Amino acid sequence: MAAFGSFALLLALALATYNLFAGTAALRLLANGRPARISSDRLADTARRAGIASFVAVTAAAVALVWSALTNDFTITYIAEHSNRALPAPYKFAALWSGQEGSLLLWAWLLGGYGFILRLTHKTEVKLHAYAGTILAGVEVFFLAIVNFAAPPFSLLKGAIPNDGNGLNPLLQYPEMVIHPPLLYLGYVGFTIPFAFALGALMMRYPGETWIKVTRRWTLVSWLFLTLGIVVGMHWAYGVLGWGGYWGWDPVENASLMPWLTGTAFLHSVMMQERKGMMKSWNIWLIFATFMLSILGTLLTRGGLVSSVHAFAQSSLGTWFMVFLAIVLAVCVLTYIFKRNHLKSEQRIESLVSRESSFLFNNLVLLTACFVILWGTLFPILSEFVEGSKITVGAPFFDRVAIPIGIFLLFLTGVGPLLPWRAASLQAIRRNFLLPALAVWATVIGGIAAGIRPWQDSTFDIGRFYALVAFALAAGVLTAILSEFLRGAGVIARQTSRNLFAAIYLLIRRNTRRYGGYVVHIGVVVAMIGLAGAAFNRNVESELALHDRMGIGPYILENAGGSQDTNTNYNSESVLLDIYRGGKRVFQVAPERRTYLASDQPQTMAAIHSGPGGDLYVIYEGTDSDTGHPIIKALLNPLVGWIWAGLVFIVFGTLVALTPSLMPVAATVRMPAARTAPAEAALKGGD
Amino acid sequence: MATPLRFTSWTKALQAIALVVAVTLSMGAGNDSARFQDLSHRLMCTCGCAQMLGECNQMGCAESARAKAELTTAITSGKTDRQILDTFAAKYGATVLAAPTTKGFDLVAWIAPIAVFAAALMGTILLVRRWSAGRTQLPAEPANPEIDVLREQIRRETEAGIEGGF
Repeated sequence: MAAFGSFALLLALALATYNLFAGTAALRLLANGRPARISSDRLADTARRAGIASFVAVTAAAVALVWSALTNDFTITYIAEHSNRALPAPYKFAALWSGQEGSLLLWAWLLGGYGFILRLTHKTEVKLHAYAGTILAGVEVFFLAIVNFAAPPFSLLKGAIPNDGNGLNPLLQYPEMVIHPPLLYLGYVGFTIPFAFALGALMMRYPGETWIKVTRRWTLVSWLFLTLGIVVGMHWAYGVLGWGGYWGWDPVENASLMPWLTGTAFLHSVMMQERKGMMKSWNIWLIFATFMLSILGTLLTRGGLVSSVHAFAQSSLGTWFMVFLAIVLAVCVLTYIFKRNHLKSEQRIESLVSRESSFLFNNLVLLTACFVILWGTLFPILSEFVEGSKITVGAPFFDRVAIPIGIFLLFLTGVGPLLPWRAASLQAIRRNFLLPALAVWATVIGGIAAGIRPWQDSTFDIGRFYALVAFALAAGVLTAILSEFLRGAGVIARQTSRNLFAAIYLLIRRNTRRYGGYVVHIGVVVAMIGLAGAAFNRNVESELALHDRMGIGPYILENAGGSQDTNTNYNSESVLLDIYRGGKRVFQVAPERRTYLASDQPQTMAAIHSGPGGDLYVIYEGTDSDTGHPIIKALLNPLVGWIWAGLVFIVFGTLVALTPSLMPVAATVRMPAARTAPAEAALKGGD
Repeated sequence: MATPLRFTSWTKALQAIALVVAVTLSMGAGNDSARFQDLSHRLMCTCGCAQMLGECNQMGCAESARAKAELTTAITSGKTDRQILDTFAAKYGATVLAAPTTKGFDLVAWIAPIAVFAAALMGTILLVRRWSAGRTQLPAEPANPEIDVLREQIRRETEAGIEGGF
């Protein structure tokens, strides 16, 4: 199977290389317009078919690796290091992405998969697809070269073949690990497609904004996958890492957030180009940056430049990614320099208080957030270079710098959709902002009355202050969005005599992009409430002898005994804790400690009980060396569930935005920038 | 002389805001337990887990237990937060601090994000103002009730969400 896999990878590389060179030659022939022995169309078609065949070959390699894991083929080093006989089948399947070589193969396979779809749908815009397909082939060649020469997943084990493998890292033996990496990679890799289209459109001076329409779904789908990957990863960290948190500002986490931020900025600012022909250079660079940040993140984490808690992070692949990144940057810069005349904006922003400006500020904040994360991630390297000694840039730095940015972004989420295009009149501002402003102040007063006071016991709690501000802004944004829905639905209800719910449904169907976007914003706001709720997390730690009790919030935890279990994969030891509320036993939790047999690695398994009042999160930390009693840490995280609920809204909203509207969106008539009629400028509409 | 006066009042207002922010941010947690929570989240565990001291859950981690005991002793001995952090940094190296200090080159870590954001914000505002100032203003239109009715109709229709979209 190792020989088959290696051959398949080599074949995939050869086919992708043909795709790249034949595609480039075909595009040159097309550009020159000279007659040749083979027509440019036929050459481009052979390149396209080679790209499709390359995907088939890389699929065969991926199947070979999974098959090797499922059949315990420990002659392959990768399988011996990341699997063992007792490993459950789903985790053997997940072994494909649990190590360096396998995860790069997954990357190459997903890239091939996206390319496969792109090449099959080439008839919509043949020339643009030919450019995008050739650029994509260039990226495929890089990843296939890596899995062939730098990190081959099918390399054979030297020496005696072990009877069993080392097993999968215990941290990865968790259901979400089966889906988190593929989702994340679908996001990372997916941004290659809009990048390829953007670069291709610039190279060929593609007229108009059609390339944006062609790539809009690709961008949205990639963004959705990246969002899903990040949040599922947070849920995994929350469930399995056993510290009660979900985001540690680890470089690998940061690496996923950076392209998400620029991708989000692109999704917003690209609307300006679609509607107004503005910000063309900006958008091109946003999508270039998004793609390059995906690669930079990989370089940072896999190249061993920064230390990470992620096991796969250290390797010697840094040089490969650095060279590739330099080539991509050079191609982007040169293409931009030679073709920038094609990107002249047709209009300019007319007022600071307008929808256009809000998009600009939204982009500014998102990119600042991206810079802060990149800066914090790279600062230890910079500090070592300047000072000669490494320092740590951890959560306290990011929390202090990123939280105010997040709050500003929340503010803009509410303000942006309320502003009209071009310019806002005082009347329009008053009309649109009255209700949200009332909601903000009502929440501030209500929050303080309910005990959310930043000042307590003569100290100022900055966390509670941020939480109160975030709750107030969230209330304002939600009011703004809901009033948009109700206002639109009210008009439809009056016009069509439908009830309110039917009118809301019709409203959404009529403009799925707009209202899907609003639902995504609701999701972001709901998630922000969950994040802000961290200010109210509590924890308590205690040694508990049998029938001893400890309290946290409304709960009393009583040690009701322990249990031990063993299976072929691990031994486990758990403490049974009866949970009382109001003097009544309400449920039992069993936090656990496991020792995995193959790797001899220990692992804590937190017990999480989610209820309306939040999560009760219990960890069995170990036993006291003197008394032998278990040490229990309990956390009460009141709003963490809102983060996961927010994701549901985000997914639903994105799916709505991806659905075609019931009736075609009205054609946009571009007005000359100078002619702004005051009353027209005051009109509110659009996105 | 209105401009200097306004400048002075703005300066005073900014100074007052800066003072309030500095005072509020410098207010630390009061009691020992809260201080332990706070400080254990400003220090890294030295066992190599890349987690903060207060969050290290490596099974059988002797480093975190020892460091936590040291922290408790330091708090009860009456040392200030600054003194405790300095002691840890001197003993375990600068990497034990979870965030850069505000001294020397470390200060750049804190200043750069603010400087970049401020510069980008100012740049954006100036650019938009220049663009908006550069466009030709149309003369005010005479009042026309028919046009007003038409505009109101357009407003209602656009609010119904017929055009545009995300």
